[in-house]
Amino acid sequence: MKYSVNKTGYYGNFGGAYIPELLYPNVKNLEENYMKIINSASFQKEFLALLKDYVGRPSPLYYSKRLSDKYHINLYLKREDLNHTGSHKINNTIGQILIAKHLGKKRIIAETGAGQHGVATATVCAREGLDCIIFMGETDVLRQKPNVEKMQMLGATVVPVKSGNKTLKDATNEAIRDWINHPSETHYIIGSVVGPHPYPDMVTQFQSVISEEIKKQLEEQTGSENPDTIIACVGGGSNAIGAFYHYLEDENVKLIAVEADGLGLETGETAATIAIGKPGIIHGSKTMLMQTDDGQIVEPYSISAGLDYPGIGPIHAHLFETDRVEFIRATDDEALKAALELTQMEGIIPALETAHALAALKKIKFKKGETVVINISGRGDKDMETYRNYLAKINEKPSEERLFIGMYSVPTSNIHGADTNVNGLFVP
Amino acid sequence: MNRINQLFKDKQNSILSIYFTAGHPEMGTTKLIIEELEKNEVDMIEIGIPFSDPLADGPVIQQSSQKALENGMTLKKLLAEIKDIRHKVKIPLLLMGYFNTVFQYGVEAFCSDIKSIGIDGVILPDMPIKVYEAKYQKIFEKYGIIPVFLITPETSEERIRKIDKLSKGFIYMVSSSSTTGIKNKLDEKSIVYFKRIKEMNLKNQLIAGFGISNKETFDEICKYANGGIIGSAFVKAIETGENLLSQIKRFIATIKY
Repeated sequence: MKYSVNKTGYYGNFGGAYIPELLYPNVKNLEENYMKIINSASFQKEFLALLKDYVGRPSPLYYSKRLSDKYHINLYLKREDLNHTGSHKINNTIGQILIAKHLGKKRIIAETGAGQHGVATATVCAREGLDCIIFMGETDVLRQKPNVEKMQMLGATVVPVKSGNKTLKDATNEAIRDWINHPSETHYIIGSVVGPHPYPDMVTQFQSVISEEIKKQLEEQTGSENPDTIIACVGGGSNAIGAFYHYLEDENVKLIAVEADGLGLETGETAATIAIGKPGIIHGSKTMLMQTDDGQIVEPYSISAGLDYPGIGPIHAHLFETDRVEFIRATDDEALKAALELTQMEGIIPALETAHALAALKKIKFKKGETVVINISGRGDKDMETYRNYLAKINEKPSEERLFIGMYSVPTSNIHGADTNVNGLFVP
Repeated sequence: MNRINQLFKDKQNSILSIYFTAGHPEMGTTKLIIEELEKNEVDMIEIGIPFSDPLADGPVIQQSSQKALENGMTLKKLLAEIKDIRHKVKIPLLLMGYFNTVFQYGVEAFCSDIKSIGIDGVILPDMPIKVYEAKYQKIFEKYGIIPVFLITPETSEERIRKIDKLSKGFIYMVSSSSTTGIKNKLDEKSIVYFKRIKEMNLKNQLIAGFGISNKETFDEICKYANGGIIGSAFVKAIETGENLLSQIKRFIATIKY
């Protein structure tokens, strides 16, 4: 396949394994065995059974009537938010825990940003009875508290990382250092399509179930397995590659990845790697990277902890370079508005990460009636505090401005369900 | 002859090599530290290029790197500061850092610029050997820069042989599977590994690093290797920046005497 990883671990100019010798034996061991394990009948049997009975796959493909009407398209939502643990992350952790078992590893480590991957890892470790240590930036520990509590209840040790910006990049650094210090008994479950080869390819394979299902479900519902456009948010890029993968060779399916733009590109407070990055090396792979001229990695910013990452999976750098995927951006504000729109029009509270993908609805010129799939990568339970603050802020603004920003909001008392005197409906 | 090869020709035992991070504890100290180390009869120096995300380093070098960047150090400024270092300093000098800073500088420009300064070798632990062979070996050889590769207790014999073939000066023998500055003892497992490597009769000299922090560990390592590299312990000894020169003198004395 044109967009698959080659024999040496590269996607075009990107990928590879830029790791210190200390990690070489572990990464080499994984590289030599992952395909053999994945292709074995016993792995496939166990993996597929767990996806079905434990994760709850296939996740539904839901036709969103109200948003379809509003944007004059046919919009389908791929409901990864309905998976066990609330996001697509579990597709990968189920796969990797089985790999770890085949490799005889007893101790599992992982990094996490929003906590979704941490919870998904702690979950599969609990199920297998394996030790689990989750590295999480101190900033993220504070802003994603419900997920920290879940991980702890699941029996994982959550290590708050105090280096750097105390977010996802730093958590990943610390997980890698832990792996260097505990090489023989530990497997590192990377949560996205990042890291040294073979991680990007391995995670891609586990997440590709998303587009495999979209094909079948769309065929059943519309008679054609191809939509016109697929949209997903991208940080490291695991949900996006999952939603794109089986369409990469169908060049007439438009693929759109939405990066987190924080406060906007011009402010420098952004996490839009493709927009402002240059080729460089982060976490063991060559990819697009936010960095200074001196090659120092720049601290990103996004309201969404899961997209707050200065790199991007090497496969996405390649899909960008070959023009197969279009990369656009959504700011914090645009994402928050989009989250509220989906919540109030479809009764689905999305994760803040996913909200960036939804923001694309306002940014893309669709053909009338075209079929669009958006990957709803996760649910918004973990983001309630951010949403609550946002709603409170909207309500402080004068009513003219409320109209200006294009959404009606009820008084705070209504949001908390105390007052039923709702004096208006959502006005898109 | 490259100064590294000259050193190993003249001396095969107890080679003392010191690592420090450029720009730490303060800007403008890099040249002073190098000169003072030579004055105190250190045999070789690894000058650390600070990096924002030093994956193979423990807390001490991480913090020195962060401090150096906060102080405003960059690779360009580092090279400017040591531009005339060869007016005084005669011992082998190496640059050590992470590949991304060199990659952004441009590998050929880097080799050319450090050659003109008189840098003898480079240690980039996250530059893959395959990438070196395919893309950069010719450039390193063109400018006579010696690349130094690492081996660890987990490195296979086959790979060690390959690294020995590719190396032109010495092999950096990492004493245990850990990040830098984590262990300050050499355990039995390390000793077994040192003996195993020694018996391989490699063509390159062996300089050990990671876990060497004082006279005891340095003397122990010198039974098995041609010498040792002290990094974290030295960085820590000078971190306050007070009485820098006398701190350096004192630290080296504790290793040597």
